[in-house]
Amino acid sequence: MNYLMSAFTGLTIVVILIPLGSILYTAIVNGGAAVISPGFFTESPGLPCSSSSGQTCHLGGVAPAISGTLVLISLAALIAVPIGVSAAIYVVEFGRNRPLGRFISSVADVLSGVPSIVAGAFVYALFYAYAPAIAFSALSGALALSVLMIPVVARTSEEALRTVPNAMREAAVALGIAKWKSTLRIVLVTALPGVVTGVLLSVARAAGEAAPLLLTAFGNPHGFQGLNLPVEAMPLQIFVFATSPFANWKELAWGMALVLILLVLGMSVVSRLVIQRLAARLQGG
Amino acid sequence: MDHLSAFYGTKRAVEDLSLRIPNAGVTAIIGPSGCGKSTFIRCLNRMHETAPKARVEGSVRLDGEDIYALEPTMVRRRIGMVFQRPNPFATMSIYDNVSAALRFNSRARRAELDAAVLRSLQQAALWDEVKDTLDAAATSLSGGQQQRLCIARAIAANPEVILMDEPCSALDPISTAKIEDLIFALKKEYTVVIVTHNMQQAARVSDFTAFMYLGKLVEFGPTQSIFEQPKEKLTESYITGRFG
Repeated sequence: MNYLMSAFTGLTIVVILIPLGSILYTAIVNGGAAVISPGFFTESPGLPCSSSSGQTCHLGGVAPAISGTLVLISLAALIAVPIGVSAAIYVVEFGRNRPLGRFISSVADVLSGVPSIVAGAFVYALFYAYAPAIAFSALSGALALSVLMIPVVARTSEEALRTVPNAMREAAVALGIAKWKSTLRIVLVTALPGVVTGVLLSVARAAGEAAPLLLTAFGNPHGFQGLNLPVEAMPLQIFVFATSPFANWKELAWGMALVLILLVLGMSVVSRLVIQRLAARLQGG
Repeated sequence: MDHLSAFYGTKRAVEDLSLRIPNAGVTAIIGPSGCGKSTFIRCLNRMHETAPKARVEGSVRLDGEDIYALEPTMVRRRIGMVFQRPNPFATMSIYDNVSAALRFNSRARRAELDAAVLRSLQQAALWDEVKDTLDAAATSLSGGQQQRLCIARAIAANPEVILMDEPCSALDPISTAKIEDLIFALKKEYTVVIVTHNMQQAARVSDFTAFMYLGKLVEFGPTQSIFEQPKEKLTESYITGRFG
């Protein structure tokens, strides 16, 4: 019976690895050539052309999409991280076991279940009502992404703050250190690995979202041109290019897909390392 | 303190306690588990009120001033506390832990901090062991060393009174002996109040002893007379081990 159990669990591990492996494999096979081509990271996409027309196809690159994605996730993080971390601090340090604290925690849970297209539609509607001129802009795109990032940051920060032992808070109180100081400079610092992980995970999620950007950032062949203008982003461009009939565009789409996969994988690995290294310091040694 | 009562919600943990703790020297609070000694000592630096639904009635005075009329953080800077389990700040070095109170509460400069760290670690009998590794993580020390670190941290804040809530109960006998020695040395400069469930420790270390039972103060007096000629029957029963 034991043998059957280990065989079965071994089998399930293989089953889990298959989708991950096949996605990675397909992305590398189809997009690897594009990613390592010169100019992939620096040029704009080449003009659309199909292989049947016989003309030489210029591949180009995806610089506008990459710079657009970077701008969007940075801006979104700038908005989401302070809000999410502050909410977590309130829930754990000031509102623990109080009705408002529990309410905020539940709201964050609900918010994390909001479909990404709904987040985009919401931000679009908001802009359409109050600032229609910039409804399609980097700003609105960043706002839509931050709506998706806030609950991730808030929940992981909340968990991280809860793991800080109460004994440490008591030690700070007993020394006569003001609560805001001890919260920010002792408790938050102790919880930092968890908070950083939350931020990295939320960035990885936001970098890959296309739906909210359909209605907000909209896309722009020139990449980032200003907060008030539409901007390109990798998921958006993948959507457009992959469904187009042009071979060079399709190849660029695979290249971007590979970049995104590696980005998410990289974030997961980095956040795991961060957690391990700083958690070891917490436990001693 | 006068007619001090402390509550958790509707549960009264300390009842109508009136006591004068002498100025210098070590006062021990003894009594069986659950008699309210920890609650009592936590009222002395206003830590009790940080517990949920906690409440205090009566007054506690330090040098004539009612501490419940003052700012809590100010009270806690004058009355320090060492807890049962060592709780150094895990992300800080030994140096940063000891200097924490000064760094957070005042604008002391490096030279002042260095001097305070040296003095406190020496008084806590830890200086020789860590003087070359002040930047090491506080969590790299052993349990006994960490507790002495916490004592140094409390001393560095320059309190008038040091409260200790069963400081040795989580430690091995050798560390306990070291800490008892250091308490003996501390009493020259500070007023120390120590809660202990170890009667022998109280007898060894303190000048005055208070015996509590079920939230009430049963007897208080110089340690020698409490242990050799207790006035109350209850005290005598506890001392001789008939219960507790």
